[in-house]
Amino acid sequence: MTFASSIELLKFHNTAYTIYALMIISIIAWFGYNLTRKEKAKSVVRIPFYTYIGFLVAMGVGHHIFTYNTIPWVSEDIMRHEIKADAEYTFEIAKHKWIGLPKKITVQCGQKIRFNVRSRDLVYGFGLFRQDGSLVTQMQVNPGTDVNGILESNDLLWTFNHNGVFNLTSTEYSGPEQYSEDGKKDLMLVKNFVEVVGCQEGGAK
Amino acid sequence: MSLMNNLINGTDFDADSLNALQKVTLRAVVMSFLFFGLVAIEGMIMRLVSTGPANPLPEMFNHPAHYFSIMTAHPIVGIFGSTYQLVFAAFMFLVPFLTKKPLYSIKLANAVWLLITIGTALAWLAAFVWAYGPLYTLYWPLPADTEQFKVVGGIVFIVGVALIMIGTLGFIYNIYATIFQRVGVHKNKTTKELLISGFGIDGMLNLWHKLTGKPPYSKEPALALPVVAIFRGTVDTFLDALVILGAGILVLVYLIFDASGHPLNVAAIDALLYKNFFWWGLDLVADGLVLIYVAGSWYLLATLITGQKLFMENVARAALMLELLVSWMVWSHHLLADQGQPEMMKLISGEMVTAFELLTQGLALFITLVTLWKARPLKMTPALAYLLGGLIGFGLAVPAAIIQADMGMNRILHNTQWIIMAHVHIALIVGLYMTLYSALYVLWPIVTNNTTLYSKKLTWIHYWLYLIGGVGMGAFGGMAGLDGMLRRHLYINGEFNTWMILAAIAGSMILIAWVIFLLNIVLSVGIKGLIGIFMPAKDPTASYGIEPEAVAEEHKA
Repeated sequence: MTFASSIELLKFHNTAYTIYALMIISIIAWFGYNLTRKEKAKSVVRIPFYTYIGFLVAMGVGHHIFTYNTIPWVSEDIMRHEIKADAEYTFEIAKHKWIGLPKKITVQCGQKIRFNVRSRDLVYGFGLFRQDGSLVTQMQVNPGTDVNGILESNDLLWTFNHNGVFNLTSTEYSGPEQYSEDGKKDLMLVKNFVEVVGCQEGGAK
Repeated sequence: MSLMNNLINGTDFDADSLNALQKVTLRAVVMSFLFFGLVAIEGMIMRLVSTGPANPLPEMFNHPAHYFSIMTAHPIVGIFGSTYQLVFAAFMFLVPFLTKKPLYSIKLANAVWLLITIGTALAWLAAFVWAYGPLYTLYWPLPADTEQFKVVGGIVFIVGVALIMIGTLGFIYNIYATIFQRVGVHKNKTTKELLISGFGIDGMLNLWHKLTGKPPYSKEPALALPVVAIFRGTVDTFLDALVILGAGILVLVYLIFDASGHPLNVAAIDALLYKNFFWWGLDLVADGLVLIYVAGSWYLLATLITGQKLFMENVARAALMLELLVSWMVWSHHLLADQGQPEMMKLISGEMVTAFELLTQGLALFITLVTLWKARPLKMTPALAYLLGGLIGFGLAVPAAIIQADMGMNRILHNTQWIIMAHVHIALIVGLYMTLYSALYVLWPIVTNNTTLYSKKLTWIHYWLYLIGGVGMGAFGGMAGLDGMLRRHLYINGEFNTWMILAAIAGSMILIAWVIFLLNIVLSVGIKGLIGIFMPAKDPTASYGIEPEAVAEEHKA
């Protein structure tokens, strides 16, 4: 089982959490009902204390093991400095404006792209969104310089496995000047910034 | 006529019969619920703005400076003005009640609610008058950005937050001074014994002795379990106050230099290092004191409601210690999207240690449920119903956060509405507040000298509206987050309006619930009684003598 894109992962997450939420509400409601009854409630299932603790530990740790093995961008992110990107783009942000941003990036299916984003002033975000508004990927963009006074880079390596046209905007609040005064326009929004081509319908080449 | 009479005189509330401890408790409770109303209105404004162009609000609410100033004030009013006040009020009453000792200082307790009230009002004014809007995160160097914000607004905001923190330090001093007072049952206890019990070391030693077949280290621990939870949670409250005060002083220095015409270089402060420092402190609220205080409150409520000893008390004592240690090491889960953050910190602090919260909170939930179960049949009183609501709240909110505290999930959920709605709002509105409402209904007869509540029907209407509204708003907001809606972003073109309309409907249920709750309370104590609460107490007693066991009788079927 592998989640090739955030869409699949979000769908899975939505279903799994909804089932869990309904379950925990039902359990407490059942509990509340039986607390008030004089007759002894029949146990649906007996869970020994240490089994319950074991379950909590397994869920806490197992969750990360599961995502590490099913979400490709986790290991890729950890090892990103060792991985050679197919293309690399470097740009900056200052006063809520993108500087040196390519007009449009066209990516062939399966290519690994490295984004190096630098901030000259505030904390911003770098986020790619599908046309329906769902999130493809993101990172925080912190300002800062190294010992030589050179702007430090915030780097994100991403493999694009699905066709699509993605918008770019800042995912972190950096003050009201990110917007037009009437609030109608996000001044950091770059429409159709990335286009991925060459993938099959279900994803990948 | 009867309604008018109740409005003025209440049911049978007599403010003159209250002692100093009861009055100071109720003063903070009144301020807390007024701030709750303010925060609910602010929340509704933001929800309505997000519903799109059809929202009925005046256009100025869509303006970014206005919108984000509301978003800045909202958590300050909610967390400090309302929640801190209510929790501090409850604990400054409960510690004397449970230890059967007087509160160390009533004057200091009065100073605490006044400082927090004034501080919250100042922070709110900074946002309202000067549109100061760096948000509660205060990511460096935004709070010192005088190109976007007025210096005076920043100074007023920081002074307000500093007053809240000074009030918090006053609360901490009062609590520890009360616990360490060697009077009453603690007359012959040494500081060492109280410290050992406060940190739960006696619970751990009891467990160890049991495992090795030795007699218990301490048959009767010096401090009751809820006091131990207050003791431990207050350690985090103290550390958090120091960090927020430290950050506040830093911002203030920059703003003052800017105002004097000699601005300092903001780049001198490393933004990522500052984020680590600030989140370490701020997370002591979310993942420290809230969880510890809540666990302690559940244990207290379960024992008060059932009149029985807590199930697995030694494990509970030891788990509270574990929770304290865990709370110091989990802040990196806020920095999983920061590429400069070392990967090992993300992995150990952000993922692995954070996952322990599932264990500690799951344990608290288990112990509370079993304690209730062993005492059945119980009457479904409002106190019990709200307690179960609180358990639902954390049962939903904690896993929602653990899911996001993962390097894979965080990449697509960081800064979305998922974390703020499905986790934070459900944890606070449903989990924390329903626990506090439970405590309120348990303590109501004790703090008000058995005042008759105006209407039980209104209590239950409040309960259902609040529970459904709280869970609904969190769930719909969370769904919007899964669809990509950011949490600190302005959406006025109706981008996520289906979820936002549903969230606004649920949110309005919370607001209506608050009005009903307030009405019930005002009709119970009357306007005269409300004024009387703020008049000096004729009885200067700083303790309350009812045995905790007597409270349990109220809840037995």
